[in-house]
Amino acid sequence: MKPVPGKIVLAHGSGGRLSRELVESVFLKAFSNPALAPLEDSAEVRIPGATLAFTTDSYVVTPVEFPGADIGRVAVCGTVNDLSVKGARPLALSAGFILEEGFSGKMLARIVSSMRRAADEAGVKIVTGDTKVVERGKADGVFINTAGVGLIPKGRRLSSAAVRPGDVVIVSGSLADHGVAVMNARDRLGLESSIKSDAAPLNGLAEAALKVPGVRAMRDITRGGLATVLNEVSAACGLTAEVDEDSVPVSVPARNACALLGLDPLYVANEGKLAVFVSPEAAPRALKAMRAHRYGSAAAIVGRMLKEKKPQVRLNTSIGGARVMLMLEGEQLPRIC
Amino acid sequence: MKARSSDGFSSSLWRNPELAASAVSEMRRLAAEAASKTGGQVNFMEVCGTHTMAIAASGMRRLFPGELRMLSGPGCPVCVTSQGDIDRVLALASVPGVIITTFGDMLKVKGSGGLDLHAMRALGSDVRVVYSPLDAVALAEAEPSRQVVFLGVGFETTAPVIAGTVKRVKKSGLKNFSSTAFFKLVPPALELLLRDPENRIHGFMLPGHVSAIIGLEPYRFVAEKYRVPCVVTGFEPLDILSGINMLLRQIVAGKPAVEDEYFRAVPPEGNPAARGLMEEVFTVVPASWRAIGTVKDTGLGFSRAYEYFDAVKRFKIPYSEATEPRGCLCGKILLGKALPPDCPLFGKACTPSSAVGPCMVSSEGACAAWFKYGG
Repeated sequence: MKPVPGKIVLAHGSGGRLSRELVESVFLKAFSNPALAPLEDSAEVRIPGATLAFTTDSYVVTPVEFPGADIGRVAVCGTVNDLSVKGARPLALSAGFILEEGFSGKMLARIVSSMRRAADEAGVKIVTGDTKVVERGKADGVFINTAGVGLIPKGRRLSSAAVRPGDVVIVSGSLADHGVAVMNARDRLGLESSIKSDAAPLNGLAEAALKVPGVRAMRDITRGGLATVLNEVSAACGLTAEVDEDSVPVSVPARNACALLGLDPLYVANEGKLAVFVSPEAAPRALKAMRAHRYGSAAAIVGRMLKEKKPQVRLNTSIGGARVMLMLEGEQLPRIC
Repeated sequence: MKARSSDGFSSSLWRNPELAASAVSEMRRLAAEAASKTGGQVNFMEVCGTHTMAIAASGMRRLFPGELRMLSGPGCPVCVTSQGDIDRVLALASVPGVIITTFGDMLKVKGSGGLDLHAMRALGSDVRVVYSPLDAVALAEAEPSRQVVFLGVGFETTAPVIAGTVKRVKKSGLKNFSSTAFFKLVPPALELLLRDPENRIHGFMLPGHVSAIIGLEPYRFVAEKYRVPCVVTGFEPLDILSGINMLLRQIVAGKPAVEDEYFRAVPPEGNPAARGLMEEVFTVVPASWRAIGTVKDTGLGFSRAYEYFDAVKRFKIPYSEATEPRGCLCGKILLGKALPPDCPLFGKACTPSSAVGPCMVSSEGACAAWFKYGG
C-alpha cells in the first residue's frame, strides 16, 4: 500500500491515481469494512428484507453557475447517478451547505431552486439538510454536500467485478461537454458558447438499460472521464478494456476546445453520462433501450472487455495505431466538481 | 471520434483510417529503400513538442516500419529553458510586490534549489496562470500598485504575441508591466544539432506553428549546406504520416529540399507582419539552452528601444549557470541522442506527478508523451 501523503495537493482531489492512493492509504485503512471495500459509486447496505444503496459526494465548482447547469443541479444529479449506477431507485437525498460570508442570497436561492428542479426530474425529495456559514476567505462562495439512499430491487446485482471477457462497453452520449463548459466559464476562455454542461439525473436511463438482462455493471463517467472509469473497472474485474477511438462520441465544439486546451476528451469530466458493461448478446437491445431515452439518444458501443495476460486500458486510434490509457496523472481540471 | 455529420459528431479527413493505411504501406516501402541509403536505420527528428504529443496520442509508433525511428528534438519551450533561466524565474517570483503571470506549463519546473512556482506560491509568492499576455496587461492595469511580470518563454511562435503586447503597453504608458524574453530560435537550434559530429539525424520534421511565422527560407541551409531533408508538417495524424513519407522520398531520390506538407497553414513567406513586430521589439542575442549551454545568436532579447520592459533588467536578476538534475537525461533526449525509456529515472523516480526533468513536466515534453501514451 502507498504511504500516507506528506501534504495534500490538488491532484489528490482530481479523481485520478493520486485520489485513489489517498483513499487507500488513509480512508480505506481507517474505515475498512466490507461495504466500503469495493469503492464503488454507492455502498450496498443490507437490512432485513431489502438492500439499500447509500452514497455521498461534495461539490466545489468554480464558477457556481455555468452554461447548462450550476453547482446545485450537479450536486443533485451526481448523487442520484451514484445510486442509479448500482441499479438503485433513489429514495431520498440530503443537502448540506457551507456558505462563505458575503455570498449572494439571490444566487443561493437560484441554486436551491435548480436543485429542486433536478430532484423533481429524478422523482426524489431532499428530505434533510444542514447549513453552515464560514468567515470570508474560509470557503469559496458555496460548497454543497449531498447524500442519498436508494432501494436496490431484489435480484439486481451490479458490480464492476462481475464484468466478463467479451462484454461490450456502451457510452450513453457525447463526452467532455461538462468539463469544457466549466473551464470555459471559469477561465473566460471565450470558446464557442454552444458547449453546455451535460448534468442530468440518469436514474431513468439506467432503469431503461436494466430492463435488458445481461447488464453487468454501470458507472457514471465523472471526474477523470471515461479513461478513469475504464481503469477502475479493469482493475476490479482483471480484464483489458479496449476502446475504438472512432466510435467514442465527442461533439465537434468539445473536440475542438479540447484540442485547443491540450486536453484529452477521454479524461475530461461529465455529469450526465453512463458507461454500461453488458454481455455481447444483450448489447444491441441495451443500446436500443438507451437510445430511446432522452439522455441516451447518442449512445454508442465504444469498446469491449478482453482477457489478456497483462490487463490494460487500450485505445485503438482512428489511424489504426494503439496506445494505453493510464489513470489521470496529476490534475487535469482542478475543481471541476 | 467519428465522422457523423448528421448527428453532429465528426472526424476529420486527417484521421481517415483508409488513407492512414495506404500512407503506412507506402511508408514501409519507402523506409526499406531509404534505409539502404542511410546504413540500415533512418532517424528523423520531430523538432516540435506538439508533434511529439501528436505522434504518441495517435499510437502511430506501432505502425512505423522497423527501420524508422522518430527522435524528439529541442522544440518544447519549457524543456529547452536552461536551469539558470528557471532559477531567474524563481528569483523574480520572490521579489516583494511582484505578481508572476505565466502559461500553466512553467508552474512545475523545478529550479536548482528544488522549488517550483507551485511551491513558491505556497510560500507566499503571487503566481497566476493566464491564457494570454493581454490578461497580464489587464491585471497590471487593475493593480497599479503591484509589478506584473509575464514569463515570456518559447520560440518564434510566442515571441510575436509578446512583442505585440509590449508594443501596446509602451504606447499606453503602463509602468508596472514587464516580461522576460527567454526566447529561442528554431533554425539556429537545428544548426547546433547538425554541427555536432555525433549527429545521426537523416531528416527534420519541421514545426508547423513556427514555420507559419518564419516561412521556409530560414531552413534552406539545412538542405543545401548540410544535405539533410526538411518537411514542414502539420499536426493531424495524416499530416505526420505524409510528412514522414515526404522525408523518406527525399532520401530515396537523394535530393534534400525544404518541403511544405502543411501548406494549408504555412505560406512559403511565413507571416511578415509578425516577423516585423518581433524585429522591432526584440534583437538576436545569445541564449542559454538546457544541456547545450549559452550559444550566441540563438535567441531573442529586448531591443534597445524596449529594454525598459525587460523584467530581468528591471529587477536586476543576475544569471548564473546552474547544474541540471542528476541522472536526468532530458539534455540527451532534446538532442535526439536518447529516447525517454533510456533514462534510468523514467517512470520510476520521474513521473508526471513528481517530475525530475522538464521533459516530464511539460505537457509537450517527450518523457510526458512516452509516459502517458506508452511511446
